Amino acid sequence: MDDLESRAVQAQAEIDKADTLDALEALRVGLLGKSGIVTAALKTLGSLPPEEKKARGAEVNRVKERLADALAARKAALEQAELDRRLASETIDITLPGRDGERGGIHPITRALERIAAIFARLGYQRADGPEIEDDWHNFEALNFPPHHPARAMHDTFYFGDGRLLRTHTSPVQIRSMKGRQPPIRIIAPGKVYRSDSDQTHSPMFHQIEGLLVDETSSFADLKGTLAEFIRAFFERDFEMRFRPSYFPFTEPSAEVDIRWETKDGESRWLEVLGCGMVHPNVLANCGIDPERYTGFAFGLGVERFAMLRYGVSDLRAFFENDLRFLKQFA
Amino acid sequence: MKFSENWLRQHVPTKASRDELSATLTAIGLEVEDVAALGDSLAGVVVARIVSAQKHPEADRLQVCEVDTGNGTVQIVCGAPNARAGLVAPLATVGAVLPGGIAIKAAKLRGVDSSGMLCSAKELGIDPDASGLLELPADAPVGTPLAAYLGLPDASIEIKLTPNRADCFSVRGIAFDVAAALGGEVQPLDATPVPAGSDVGMEIALEAGPRVPRFAGRVIDGVDARVATPVWMAERLRRSGLRPISFLVDVTQYVMLELGQPMHAFDKDKLEGGIVVRPARAGESLPLLDGRTVELDGDFLVVADGRDGRGERAVALGGIMGGAETRVTDTTVSVFLEAAHWIPSAIIGRSRRLGMHTDAGHRFERGVDPELPPIAIEYATRLILDIAGGTPGPLLDVTLPGQMQAPQPILLRRARLVRVLGLAVPDAEVARIFTALGMKVEPLAEGWRVTAPSRRFDIEREEDLVEEVARIFGYDRIPTATPAGALALSSEPEARIGELALREQLAARGYFEAVNLSFVSADLLARWGFEGQGVPLANPLSADLAVMRPSLLPGLVEALRHNRARQQERVRLFEVARVFAAGNPPVETPSLAIVASGNAHAEQWGEPSRALDFFDLKGDLDALLAWGGEAERWTVHADDLPPWLHPGRGARLARDGKTAGWLGALHPQLAKALDLGPDVHVLELALEPLLARRLPRAEPVARFPMVRRDIAVEVPEDVTWSQIGEAVRSSLGGVLKELRLFDRYSGKGVEAGRKSIAMGLILQDASRTLVDDDADRCVRQAIAALEQTCQAKLRG
Repeated sequence: MDDLESRAVQAQAEIDKADTLDALEALRVGLLGKSGIVTAALKTLGSLPPEEKKARGAEVNRVKERLADALAARKAALEQAELDRRLASETIDITLPGRDGERGGIHPITRALERIAAIFARLGYQRADGPEIEDDWHNFEALNFPPHHPARAMHDTFYFGDGRLLRTHTSPVQIRSMKGRQPPIRIIAPGKVYRSDSDQTHSPMFHQIEGLLVDETSSFADLKGTLAEFIRAFFERDFEMRFRPSYFPFTEPSAEVDIRWETKDGESRWLEVLGCGMVHPNVLANCGIDPERYTGFAFGLGVERFAMLRYGVSDLRAFFENDLRFLKQFA
Repeated sequence: MKFSENWLRQHVPTKASRDELSATLTAIGLEVEDVAALGDSLAGVVVARIVSAQKHPEADRLQVCEVDTGNGTVQIVCGAPNARAGLVAPLATVGAVLPGGIAIKAAKLRGVDSSGMLCSAKELGIDPDASGLLELPADAPVGTPLAAYLGLPDASIEIKLTPNRADCFSVRGIAFDVAAALGGEVQPLDATPVPAGSDVGMEIALEAGPRVPRFAGRVIDGVDARVATPVWMAERLRRSGLRPISFLVDVTQYVMLELGQPMHAFDKDKLEGGIVVRPARAGESLPLLDGRTVELDGDFLVVADGRDGRGERAVALGGIMGGAETRVTDTTVSVFLEAAHWIPSAIIGRSRRLGMHTDAGHRFERGVDPELPPIAIEYATRLILDIAGGTPGPLLDVTLPGQMQAPQPILLRRARLVRVLGLAVPDAEVARIFTALGMKVEPLAEGWRVTAPSRRFDIEREEDLVEEVARIFGYDRIPTATPAGALALSSEPEARIGELALREQLAARGYFEAVNLSFVSADLLARWGFEGQGVPLANPLSADLAVMRPSLLPGLVEALRHNRARQQERVRLFEVARVFAAGNPPVETPSLAIVASGNAHAEQWGEPSRALDFFDLKGDLDALLAWGGEAERWTVHADDLPPWLHPGRGARLARDGKTAGWLGALHPQLAKALDLGPDVHVLELALEPLLARRLPRAEPVARFPMVRRDIAVEVPEDVTWSQIGEAVRSSLGGVLKELRLFDRYSGKGVEAGRKSIAMGLILQDASRTLVDDDADRCVRQAIAALEQTCQAKLRG
């Protein structure tokens, strides 16, 4: 016998040495194939006496199994090595830039404006709008600016030949929103406004957001609470805040709102961020709303100012130059 | 309004510190813009007289002065050009520390001992004037501490006044607010009538109707016009931002600052006949105090005298500025004082028309207390008599009957006060506030009846009283609350794409949002072929900003050029804003514009670069239209293109057949004029049709498989894909689910003037599985239709 066993030991060594799948297949054929040594050994079983046949048969089968296992194991190892080689050859530089990955961005004014509008939307304020080319009645008269009122002189107004003008604030949207409608009213009106003034800190076109609430219970205390919440929500932090008496013909009492702003050098100063007040009874009456039954508050803010504070923009004019090097910072 | 802190404190004594005073002013609506401390550190600075001044032996620019300090003489080396024997000037003695931190020590200057420093106003921190030593009056008491002599320390406080607070254009007006807020009491004003010492008067005729309802005046004879303005008065003027000029002028300025009534002093001997107040005449000219001669019209008011006939010669521009011919000078001996009431609507805007700004005009534009004129005359008379002598004539006070209105009582309801403020202010506090503000208060069961003084003509209705209570009580003491009223939930319409979402989508496709000014130049519009469109402004800031834009593109392409000029080749910008068209009212259309230039894609290592073309932009458009879910309602047309588009590479876009915008390459001539290449493509579209969106309506998903058949045909070059698609679709009806163009070719192998089109037909039936025969029949139908309508030939 122990020819088969010795051949098996030798075959085992050959299997372990086989370094290609083809070589391994040739070995398999030589061992387990039709004319392989194991097959040959099985064929000899018939010629053995019955008492030996059983033991010998079991022995040959053990060898066959051992060799088959060894072949399978080697095959798996070779296939794995082959796969590893192939995968290694497929390696790419994963740090190369991707395709079509660039994106644009929305303008910082839009970004700040939409953030503000969204905060008020959550408080139930609906968006409202009006024309940019306004008439005197909506822009001034209905807002309690009589002709020749000194407050008009504070609005450097662009006019058209026909008496129309470019709205100097978003406040006329208050009038348009209240006309023909009864409270409760909560609106937020963002938009472009115009003043004939142009220098480092003034643009002839800029953006305002007007807010208006009219109902049966609103008070100056509500106005204070609303704006304090808004400032907190917009900047995501608390500020020292002050409401300072001011004057707008369409609100009374009126206030300007300052926040305590820390500058880079560690100093802090009061910074005006909002104008507001209780809607003047004349304005309500001009819109057909009973000022005895209803009270309301209104506020207005400059979007550029909020964008400058929020994003650290120091030059107002940068907003309107549309330089990609600026815009890309807000992508 | 700028004023001296000490002056204010004289009217309303208060223990509040300067910081507290300043914070209070801001807190009650008189916003402090600046507080300039004056003479804070003047210990050791005394009034001194230069006894002699000799040239420094070693230095041309220096003098060696013997200076009388009132306590012996010291030697001072001084470089000021005006140092001279006899001059009285401030001396900082050894040990003094000046406001700038300069410590005065005994020193040797170029070898000569100097025991102190003679000072300029700037070195003392009381005025920016650094041109020489501060010259004090010759009678200033030598040896007196300078601070005591000048009434220092003090501060110049500048406040910003809102248009409703005209009353605070005076120290006295401010004093009432301070008294109410800080609890002091406003000192009574001594304006006791001065008895007439002569009967010299002046005829005064008011001929401007309600525009000038009151005119007060007085003649004072025998004044000494050369008398020096007293230091206290000059200092108060200076600290209030006015330069002392000459005593008679300074008095009028002083009274204006203190009481709020602008005044004018005429040289009475230069006036002829009586005074007539009347509208100016068209073309009338008037030489003014400031040296200018202005030409007037009936919109202006003048004070006229009787030279050349009654009321003929204008001698002052009413409410704004006096005339040059009748002004007071050093030689004036007889003065005619004027204090008149010009109503705001008669003055407003007039100074601006003349390109001037005066303190008087500014006050009358806002309004002045109508009761002030005689009080101001009495107050000024007393000052003049005390300082410059003279004999006063009787007070002249002419009013137009029926034109002067007394303040009316106003009811303030307690319930209204609580309702508006959201806070109950105690009754006693309400009454105290009104009283301190100089108002008459009568308590009633439901609230208060309040009568404002005449200087508070801004108080006209209940809300005005509410505001007074709120601002004096303190806005910071009003609590914060949350509005409790009914809340209507707002919801965005689902059948409309939100504008922010649209912007985000464009950003995701590589575009940056631009914001341009809404006005452009008429020249730029003309260059684009937009002549006469848009809406021109009557008063533009400049020709570059003259017309409300009829299109976003000219401005947006300028922004593209801006970036191209800064090494940005590949530019993709969009803007969402309104465009304007003339009309009654003008039409404002929200619009979207896109501009793109450079390569189709950002430079990439693995892809060949390719210039942007029409179809890149059209792809962006297709994506937007697909988002709306109604792309089939949109069509492109090659006709009716605007002049700024390439005639062969431009498209008119329509929704439901109605033009909504344009897309294409910029016209090569325009591109060339703008120094741009052929790669610039643009799109402009009305926003509303673009944002319209279909609310989804679900249909069952088809259960039967799709079949695809590809066909290739040759058609004449001018047959459009749209015509081909139409032919195929109409021949197949609902079984055609999709038609895909996958190749388009002309050139070798295709007959000249024709092109090859290869397309995939995606077929599906809702009720059964299509078999090959069905599909083949569809192909035959499609080809037949193409042959018939598109002169198509089937390709092998």
